[in-house]
Amino acid sequence: MRGRATSCDTVPDMRIGLFVTCLTDTLFPDTGKAVVTVLERLGHQVEFPAGQACCGQMHLNSGYRREAATMVPGFARAFDGYDAIVTPSASCGAMIHDYYPALAREREQERPAERGLADAVGEMAPRVHDLATFLVRELGVTDVGAYFPHRVTYHPTCHSLRMMHVGDAPCELLRAVRGIDLVDLPDADTCCGFGGTFAIKNPDVSAAMCADKVAAVRETRAEVLCAGDNSCLMHIGGALSRTRTGVRPMHLAEILAAGSGS
Amino acid sequence: MTARPALPPAAPPGQMPTYLGMPAFPAAARAAVADSQLRRNLTHATSAIRVKRARVVGELDDFAELRATAAAIKDHALANLGTYLQRFEENVTARGGHVHWARDAAEANAIVRNLVWQAGATRAVKVKSMATQETGLNEALAEMGITVTETDLAELIVQLGHDRPSHILVPAIHKNRAEIGELFRREMPDAPPGLRDEPADLAAAARAHLRQEFLAAQVAISGANFAIADTGTLVVVESEGNGRMCLTLPDTLISVVGIEKVLPSWRDLEVFLALLPRSSTAERMNPYTSTWTGVMPGDGPQDVHVVLVDNGRTATLADDTGRQALRCIRCSACLNVCPVYERAGGHAYGSPYPGPIGAILSPLLRGETSPVDASLPFASSLCGACYEVCPVAINIPEVLVHLRDKAPKHRSERAVFALSAAVLASPRRLAAAQRAASAGRKVVARKGRIRRLPPPLSAWTDTRDAPAPPPESFRAWWSRTRGGQGGSAAGRGTAVEGGPAVEGGTA
Repeated sequence: MRGRATSCDTVPDMRIGLFVTCLTDTLFPDTGKAVVTVLERLGHQVEFPAGQACCGQMHLNSGYRREAATMVPGFARAFDGYDAIVTPSASCGAMIHDYYPALAREREQERPAERGLADAVGEMAPRVHDLATFLVRELGVTDVGAYFPHRVTYHPTCHSLRMMHVGDAPCELLRAVRGIDLVDLPDADTCCGFGGTFAIKNPDVSAAMCADKVAAVRETRAEVLCAGDNSCLMHIGGALSRTRTGVRPMHLAEILAAGSGS
Repeated sequence: MTARPALPPAAPPGQMPTYLGMPAFPAAARAAVADSQLRRNLTHATSAIRVKRARVVGELDDFAELRATAAAIKDHALANLGTYLQRFEENVTARGGHVHWARDAAEANAIVRNLVWQAGATRAVKVKSMATQETGLNEALAEMGITVTETDLAELIVQLGHDRPSHILVPAIHKNRAEIGELFRREMPDAPPGLRDEPADLAAAARAHLRQEFLAAQVAISGANFAIADTGTLVVVESEGNGRMCLTLPDTLISVVGIEKVLPSWRDLEVFLALLPRSSTAERMNPYTSTWTGVMPGDGPQDVHVVLVDNGRTATLADDTGRQALRCIRCSACLNVCPVYERAGGHAYGSPYPGPIGAILSPLLRGETSPVDASLPFASSLCGACYEVCPVAINIPEVLVHLRDKAPKHRSERAVFALSAAVLASPRRLAAAQRAASAGRKVVARKGRIRRLPPPLSAWTDTRDAPAPPPESFRAWWSRTRGGQGGSAAGRGTAVEGGPAVEGGTA
């Protein structure tokens, strides 16, 4: 079943918890609001479990595994009982999917008081969904009723492609947006050079990668650069802004929320 | 065999002596990023091979199964390494070869020096070999007056240029043909007059030069791609045939082989010979695959030696996460797809093993004590392109993250991450930090953008703007507009009653 539909008929009472991620929460609240808008437009109720904070990906990827593991119990408590945990960041979603089960085991071994954490996380991890795949694969929706009359190019972020395996889901959603002029990004699957603290620890290589990504974006003559992860958008967007390209970085959720209903 | 005077003393022991003392990766990469010729050469070479590899790998319907099988064979061999190495030794010995065991680079070099000395040789030809790059064998032999000639064309270019290899498969990938032509005219004593920069002319000049070396050499030195335990066979996979010359012409053949190269049986080659050429040279099959088993009386080398080298491999095997790096078959697919390698080049990695595999293998083999080894696990954006193409499914990002955890860190950095973890783990403290950021946004930002931040964050704002904090975080907005819903800090903790199961979805 594809096409425009509210999916509440098929999955009533689904409890959706928004895992907004600390970066989006703190710096890009419009993306979080857009996720709520889109899901509500499709007839779902969304909750924001206020007990959530950071998933610890930055700490893990910077070499602070123990510090990252301190984030696990809070996440497990906050999202206990949700049918679906939806996030506008494939990168943070992949952190839960790929690393949380091991981190929970390590934490449990060190702290017998946290017994059951590994089981809880292991059971929870498969319910974490990237927004695009949640819409397309779980809800079976590609047309979310958006209207966005702009020239847009889409950058598939590395972790969405290679860890969360979102495949074509984001592009299916974008193609269904009314008025959109969607253009292919050359060398789309090449990393933008963000890599968390990589951008700080190896600034020259990171900047060189970002410059090539910016050049590819410019080649498309798009007004808007779209991606499914605010961390990559913050990076490419920072260079688009610094070089005064006038190209606007925009999260997929915000394009999907645009138009009717927003 | 004539007795010779005492061997000169060997160089002091070291693990990978050639490349230590290199600056840390970020500093070396800074110079490489600014080298316009290098950037062009690397982009040209890696993008060409990326496209070809994707095409020939795409021809195989069962690439995923081959990859999983290769990983399983390697894991099995590594889990039973002692058994298979002993079996390999027995079979080599039974067929007239000699097996030597070396704990580290210094021991391996000493064994080879002795063997060359006993052979009475003054010249040796070499098959392209990563293991001897790793041990610094050429330098160890040069010290005792042995003339060693690299016969792989790209390795010869590196040797003539007094340079270092920058790629596992194509050691001279950082040079273009104009630079190679200039080098041949300057450094190759028998280069034909008026040698042009045409690839065919350059190859012909190298061919004529090497032919003399093949005929004069008494000793050949090789590595091996695979060591087959149940037959005692060594396997070398190559493109030029120069390796075949080395493996068949001289009387003495010495092969320096890392202990992780062992495969249980001849049958296992079926998998690896399908994966290796496609992943490395992007060919369905490589032109020359040489196999030899001990000594064949009257045919080929009559004095055959195998030096099995540990040099940090046993320690790597003891690392639960890191041991998968020992599956590596040195194909260099990960280098060719790596956006960091493409921009930083191979020399920045300070090791014969550059690129993503080098970023894990070098610190695993050598430890994370030198500045370059401590910096290598961080020389990646963790984009995962390397893992995606690896024919033996080494999860390089996972190992990088593991090595980052073990890497030495500055006290100040530790303090920052400990503090940030304390703030970010708590919704209450995070909310307070967000309120502070929102309150201060007018101070740090102009027109919604931050143009300059203090070090170390200046590394970001040197080339990129940073976003200004919004007037209100998502959390604050939610609490202001929907305060009642899902606001419990302890989460819902309730099971869902009624309605069909959601997992599996409707798509």
